[in-house]
Amino acid sequence: MSEPTEESDEVTGESDGSTADADEVSERGTETSQDAAIPIEDVDLDSSTPLEVDGLRKTFGGITAVDGVSFEVERGSLTGLIGPNGAGKSTTFNLITGMHEPDDGTVRFDGEDVTGLAPHEIANRGLARTFQIARELEEMTVLENMMLAPKGQIGESLWRSVTPGFRDDVQRQETEQLERVWEVLDFFEIDHLAEEYAGNLSGGQRKLLEMARALLTDPEMLLLDEPFAGVNPSLEKRLLEHIHELREEGYTFLIVEHDMDLIMNNCERVIVMHQGRVLKDGTPAEVKESEDVIEAYLGGEV
Amino acid sequence: MNVSDIRERISGMASRDPGLVLGVLAIIYLAYIVAGLVFGFALRGHLNSLANLTFYIGVFAMLALALNLHWGYTGLFNIGVVGFMGIGVYVTAIVSKPPVAQGGAAQVGGLGLPLGVGVVAGVLAAALFGLLVGLPALRLRADYLAIVTIAFSEIVRFTMMSRTFQTFTVPDTIDVAVFGVELFSFDPAADTVGLGGGGGLILNHLPPLGALLRWLHLWEPYLGFVGWVQANFIANNPKPVVDSLVYGIVLLIVVGLYYWLLTWTGESPFGRVLKAIREDEDVANALGKDTNRFKLKSFVLGCALMGLAGILWYSGRGSITPPSFRPNITFYVWIALIIGGAGSNTGSVLGGAVFAALLYEGPRYFKNLVEAAFNVGDGPGNFGQAMAAMGSLDPVPFFVYTLNSINQLRLVIMGLVLIWLMHNRPLGMLGHRKETAASIDLSRPEGTGTTDDAVAADGGEQQ
Repeated sequence: MSEPTEESDEVTGESDGSTADADEVSERGTETSQDAAIPIEDVDLDSSTPLEVDGLRKTFGGITAVDGVSFEVERGSLTGLIGPNGAGKSTTFNLITGMHEPDDGTVRFDGEDVTGLAPHEIANRGLARTFQIARELEEMTVLENMMLAPKGQIGESLWRSVTPGFRDDVQRQETEQLERVWEVLDFFEIDHLAEEYAGNLSGGQRKLLEMARALLTDPEMLLLDEPFAGVNPSLEKRLLEHIHELREEGYTFLIVEHDMDLIMNNCERVIVMHQGRVLKDGTPAEVKESEDVIEAYLGGEV
Repeated sequence: MNVSDIRERISGMASRDPGLVLGVLAIIYLAYIVAGLVFGFALRGHLNSLANLTFYIGVFAMLALALNLHWGYTGLFNIGVVGFMGIGVYVTAIVSKPPVAQGGAAQVGGLGLPLGVGVVAGVLAAALFGLLVGLPALRLRADYLAIVTIAFSEIVRFTMMSRTFQTFTVPDTIDVAVFGVELFSFDPAADTVGLGGGGGLILNHLPPLGALLRWLHLWEPYLGFVGWVQANFIANNPKPVVDSLVYGIVLLIVVGLYYWLLTWTGESPFGRVLKAIREDEDVANALGKDTNRFKLKSFVLGCALMGLAGILWYSGRGSITPPSFRPNITFYVWIALIIGGAGSNTGSVLGGAVFAALLYEGPRYFKNLVEAAFNVGDGPGNFGQAMAAMGSLDPVPFFVYTLNSINQLRLVIMGLVLIWLMHNRPLGMLGHRKETAASIDLSRPEGTGTTDDAVAADGGEQQ
């Protein structure tokens, strides 16, 4: 756990969150947001913001996909990131998780600057992600998929895995790991698929597998990119239950989603993106009433 | 016992890998032996052809295993296999050749170190070049690695042929100095070293079998064994035949070591990451795996194994020349891997064996058989003459011509087999098998959870 750090930069950006709710306000020591009356509170590690994004910008050729995005995610919260197609949600995700390098701006995780780090480095700091289109490892079984995820596997060093004697340690660690893998499989109720090739799973089952796999990396925070896309209602309900359960255990979630209602009903805070910018950042109620958001979703230029 | 029983038994045996490999090998050897007996081979010729078969089964199984680590496990499209073999062989030769040049002015000497040192140096050199190629190329997408590797293997071959590297004169004394302080000076044994240019290198070091047996202090017993064979079976100079048979067995033992090493590599967390890279590198990355490191390790290990296979293939010969290291060898190895099924170590061994027996040695063996059985004489010199005889309804010249062209026809047969495979068994003999990448059995540990509520209400349909 890191000490909350002093941010020299203020939170700028396109946030219209002038009416930010005190409940979900950050506590980052000294700063106040430009146009939001954020009360300064005494910092409690448990309520610190694991993720702070400041002024992120990314262009692809002539297209500015993400244009100065800033927001924070509160520890233990379920935050939704919504917006119409092409709003830059997935790109923002990719910038946070290191898949893309931002042209400008910073990403801080647990108070440390992780901007531009490689994806695996960011993942190893406890920021796990899932993909928009579930990317299971098709020709690996569900169990292999799951066993891949845990961090700090000594058997990932080649010489240990092939040296008699040292291989015993590898096997011991794998045995311990396996128990946890089965627990998580049970938790997500996909244990009956354990021996199946991941490529044989249905779309919804893949989503479950992906979340289960991300969970096994022992993350502090999970970024879920459209976890409900292509998922039928009953499975969607189950996924949501899992997410709420995990949140109660202390995980932090940031969820990209298309479905406005779903986000409104489940997240305590919603960030709305439009054309690469943050259009609105607030509680579902606030977002619902925002003229800008209604405009972005129901009309206006895209 | 009815048919389904037999089928069950066979599939039961086939599900155990050693049984499967031994079964296929038994069938291959049986076919060769029976064919030899039918066509009336003499014992010596018979043993020779079996030794030859074993040799090629050994080297192709090794190479297919090494390539399987690259392609089957990690998804690295390496089509420069022969380059790494060549580096292994040449470095071994330079290190182990006696210092004094033999065989005329064009020939060069070596460093005169024991062959064991040469082999280690050759393997390390192949690994080092794997590292050099891999460092930049593995960061590229798969097809670029293919371009880089095949270009590299051709660069290696042209370097072997190059006059620039043909011969170097070693100075009489070499002073080793650090920052102007002379540490020591020595008189190197070698006079000239080099790659020998287009003429290649004469391998006048000990043959690998001799070196190995001497190292194991088995040389005297071995000579005794040869004497026993001479007294009882082959009166006239049996040593070359026995040599090649025993060397074949040594190669099969090395295949076993490769198999063991690569199985442990695959069945481990390390192998699991390699598989994940093959399937989707971004996912492996997002799960916190430094995929570039894993790819590099896998690539270097595979290159080292290819180097060793090259050494074991060529070091027993009297000489090596650059044309032996043309890309066709690489593609032979690929065919072997495709036959066996990429992704499976057992499949790689089977693929190597089947390729060597049927496609590589098979046609030549067939030619030898026919020539041993029938006095075919000299065939027609060209296709026109062969066809002309057909006009007078005499097919014999055409058959003889075909037989004499069997080395060229081999490539045609390989092509046909490849096309057939792509259509009918694109995954090879064992391509779609679960060789679970874990060092332990992944089934549910005893006493945890429940297994009875097997069907979850996920509502998703199987694809």
